[in-house]
Amino acid sequence: MMRMRARLLVLQVLVLALLVLLTVRLWQVQVVRGHEFVTRATETRTRTVIVPAVRGQILDSSGRPLVRNKTALVVSVDRAMLVRMPDGGVKVLRKLSAVLGRPVSDLQQRITPCGPGVGKPCWTGSPYQPVPLDEKVDPRKALQILERQEEFPGVTAEIHSVRQYPGGRAGAQMLGYLQPVTEQELEQREGLKASFSGVDLAGRDGLEYVYDDALRGKAGRRTVQVDRMGKALGVEHQVAPVAGDHLVTSIDSRIQAVTERALTKAMKSAPSADGGAAVVLDARTGRVVALASAPSYDPEIWAGGISARGYQWLLSEKSGKPLVSRAINGQFAPGSTFKISSVAAMLRAGYPLNGNYPCPGSVNVGGRAFNNFRGIPLGTLSLHTALVKSCDTIFYKAAYEQYLKDGGRHPKKPPKEVFANMARAFGFGRPTGVDLPGESAGRIPDRAWKKDLWNRTSAVSCERSRKGYPEVKDRARAEFLKRLALENCTEGFLLRPGDSANFSIGQGDVLVTPMQLARAYLALVSDGKLRSPRIAWAQVRPDGKVVRTFPVPVVGKLPISEKERLYIKNALSQVAADGTAAGAFAGFPMDKVRVGGKTGTAEVWGKKDTSWFASFAPTKNPQYVVVAMVSQGGMGSQTAAPAVREIYEGIYGIKRPAAVPGGKLVTKLPTFRPDGTVAPG
Amino acid sequence: MTARTAVIQRPSLLRRMTAENSTLRRLDGLMLVAVAGLCVIGTLLVWSSTRTWAPGSTGLVKKHLLNEVIGVVLCAVVTTVDHRAMRAYAPLVFLVSLVGLGLVLTPLGATINGSHSWILLGGGFAVQPSEFAKVGLVLVIAMLLAQPAEGSDRPRGLDVVLAILAASVTMGLVMLQPDLGTAMVLAVITASALILGGVRKRVIALLAAVTAAGVFAVFAFEMLEPYQVARFTAFVDPSVDPRGVGYNSTQSLIAIGSGQLLGKGLLGGGQTTGRFVPEQHTDFIFTVAGEEFGFLGSVTVVLLLGVVLVRGLKIARRCEDRFGTLVAGTIVCWFGFQTFINVGMTIGIMPITGLPLPFVSYGGTATFANLIAIGLLQAIKLRGQSFN
Repeated sequence: MMRMRARLLVLQVLVLALLVLLTVRLWQVQVVRGHEFVTRATETRTRTVIVPAVRGQILDSSGRPLVRNKTALVVSVDRAMLVRMPDGGVKVLRKLSAVLGRPVSDLQQRITPCGPGVGKPCWTGSPYQPVPLDEKVDPRKALQILERQEEFPGVTAEIHSVRQYPGGRAGAQMLGYLQPVTEQELEQREGLKASFSGVDLAGRDGLEYVYDDALRGKAGRRTVQVDRMGKALGVEHQVAPVAGDHLVTSIDSRIQAVTERALTKAMKSAPSADGGAAVVLDARTGRVVALASAPSYDPEIWAGGISARGYQWLLSEKSGKPLVSRAINGQFAPGSTFKISSVAAMLRAGYPLNGNYPCPGSVNVGGRAFNNFRGIPLGTLSLHTALVKSCDTIFYKAAYEQYLKDGGRHPKKPPKEVFANMARAFGFGRPTGVDLPGESAGRIPDRAWKKDLWNRTSAVSCERSRKGYPEVKDRARAEFLKRLALENCTEGFLLRPGDSANFSIGQGDVLVTPMQLARAYLALVSDGKLRSPRIAWAQVRPDGKVVRTFPVPVVGKLPISEKERLYIKNALSQVAADGTAAGAFAGFPMDKVRVGGKTGTAEVWGKKDTSWFASFAPTKNPQYVVVAMVSQGGMGSQTAAPAVREIYEGIYGIKRPAAVPGGKLVTKLPTFRPDGTVAPG
Repeated sequence: MTARTAVIQRPSLLRRMTAENSTLRRLDGLMLVAVAGLCVIGTLLVWSSTRTWAPGSTGLVKKHLLNEVIGVVLCAVVTTVDHRAMRAYAPLVFLVSLVGLGLVLTPLGATINGSHSWILLGGGFAVQPSEFAKVGLVLVIAMLLAQPAEGSDRPRGLDVVLAILAASVTMGLVMLQPDLGTAMVLAVITASALILGGVRKRVIALLAAVTAAGVFAVFAFEMLEPYQVARFTAFVDPSVDPRGVGYNSTQSLIAIGSGQLLGKGLLGGGQTTGRFVPEQHTDFIFTVAGEEFGFLGSVTVVLLLGVVLVRGLKIARRCEDRFGTLVAGTIVCWFGFQTFINVGMTIGIMPITGLPLPFVSYGGTATFANLIAIGLLQAIKLRGQSFN
């Protein structure tokens, strides 16, 4: 018995030791590392589902929606649930495909998470987020799914909000569109990952892109407790979504409609026209009142995810690339509309404001004859008349004289380049800074630009100057091209006399966008200050509180005196009445609304002329600056000027009801009721 | 005389029960309180972990309570039996348990949770003979080793051989089910009885060597089911397959760890509610205690089990006959092993083994066997020691 008792004692020590071991380990697991396991428990036990926020509307200056939300029945599939089915959910998808009328393979691809080797249309969101399969479901089809839930496990039909465009194609490029966020964007834009789901869309172009942060709101998150099988047991924690703010713009939807109609009509009137734009600015504030680009498209095409074919169509030559806004991305030679800059340049170069200038049919520029339009001499003119009648030779001569003053082919350092610098002062050659993405800068072909171009192209042109153009059939043309190549090779870095002459009348290599031209005219006819136009006017919370207003930044000042500015403006005031646009404005009641402006007809090699008309009205204390451009539209007075006339007729109600009463723009922000709707009046 | 006799009245029942040297007073009250506490905790945990099986149900609580009541009755009955008399019944009890194990292998047996360990009784009741076999083996081995050789306090060689034979047959039948966990408990029971019984150290060393060789052979010749090997692999490195074998140990660690110091409260454990830990009402019930009652609660469970063990050892030491001491000591080793393995596997210091936590886990036969063992301990306490 003694031996037994001794061994029992050893056993007791062993038991106590093991109990202590268990206790110590429990202390370590539960107390020391407890919070670590709490985190891991939360990860395994909960799934976070993102509740999308309602996106703010884009409104016009009176609070009319340009982009609004409509509720749509969205059919979504819980992929996690399908995957757990014995057949991987194939049966459910097959049934769903029958109801929705879409192939199973398409549905399958849409719910597969994007990854290496899985291309669009794949699912970019969280694997626990229901995947929206169809955003335009017929309520009857949705009802079929909801009523027979047992046949469609994991499939839901819910009400979501989708974008709607009351104006149809109007301003489609300006408004932009929404697309699901890509994985790449999630990585790039910080903070996006936390607040985004695949249900949420991000603005991809236009105002939707620029003001995405304001419009988007904050997605809510619902933390759902799940069991081992992923079945939801209940909501553990919920953060309600915060609806996005509304964006009030200075766009007047009525004037926008008038502008779209006028542009469409102008495009139709010119048989070769392949693109056009119209810009209406508020001359008193620098805000954008209407912005149209043709051809346009129906932005509804983006709803529910664009098909690959639809996207290709939008980018194709056949459709005329309607995604491209000609107003901010169309770069064309401005023709005579550019002369406002050239007159100002002449004044800066010392040419007298009240001088008399001969306007012969032709002038010699560096050994080459540069002609007036159709070679017609117009006698001796004041600068005023030179603008009204659009004399070219006066500008050729002045530009050539300044060219020679700068040293001609052997430029002084630094050259003064009066014409190019004045163009810059008018805002050409750089983006206007309008609140739209991807704006083009245009081009001012000065000496530096020439040199830069030559650096990039001389190798090719030098080779061509040796080898010629054997592939060109027309021998005379091939010979001409070879000579041109030689010239480009040997002295392409030099600004030639002809370059400077062409530049002065807005021909040759100079390129401007309609928006640039509009703001240049705005500076000229308002207060001489160059502005960065704005479309956004105010950001308004859903409850009606104005979060902020967007001022129109002044970015420069025209380097001309007030007297000179008014002189030029005054000259332009006569163009529509007596000048080159008189034909287009025949019968327009100038006594009621006097319209000033300048036509432009820019030659494009191998194509029809670009038709321009830059205008303002009323000439006394202008309210509007309207610029129209039709690519391959012919003469300015033929296509663009009539379009502008029609816009004014619409605004002021000539021969029809006025778009805006008395032609007056809304000057006060719309008032919102606390529920976010716009109060009338 | 008769008049005198009439004067001496029998004390009232209450008096008798509370008298200085009454049976009730001589029971090990502390152990009984600990066992009762474990049973109550077990009932709560079974409720918490099985109520989610169907909405609005109480899960297996009622059945568990019934099991406990039956177990308490069995315990009381066993307590009233003189353990020395039990020596005589030991072979019978052992044979009955062997028959039970044999029946499992006939078409009467049923498979539940991958183990062919059950005999269905109908009405939703089933018995697990391997649990009774623990009791049977404890008794028969103690009986064999309790009779020392002439002039020695070591058991006779023949008895040792018989004991090992009895153990081998029982373990063999259990391994056929297969139930590795119970077989290990049986091995521990046999080993502890041999050691406590006074078998020579070199014999024990030899037996240990033979066992080690046997275990090696089992692994070497791939006699184990793949899942059993996988459990050991996963224990060595849980990251091998966190979704598969390692899942159990990972999830039980998460459940217990997330309970922290004070726990999430009864029915408040999200991991338990979500049933992330498998078998959380039986083998993994300690995870529920860890999550819902926290460190304080889970240590309480360990402490209560510790009380049972320490009191059991005290009974073994105080017992004056070899049989009683051997039975008590062997039972303590059985409970101790099962406690350590079960709690250890939930907190990642032991491999995953299908063993229930004594008095806490759901399971009828196990509850019966455990409470019968407590009855044995109490019976030994009552009669195995002199009253001074």
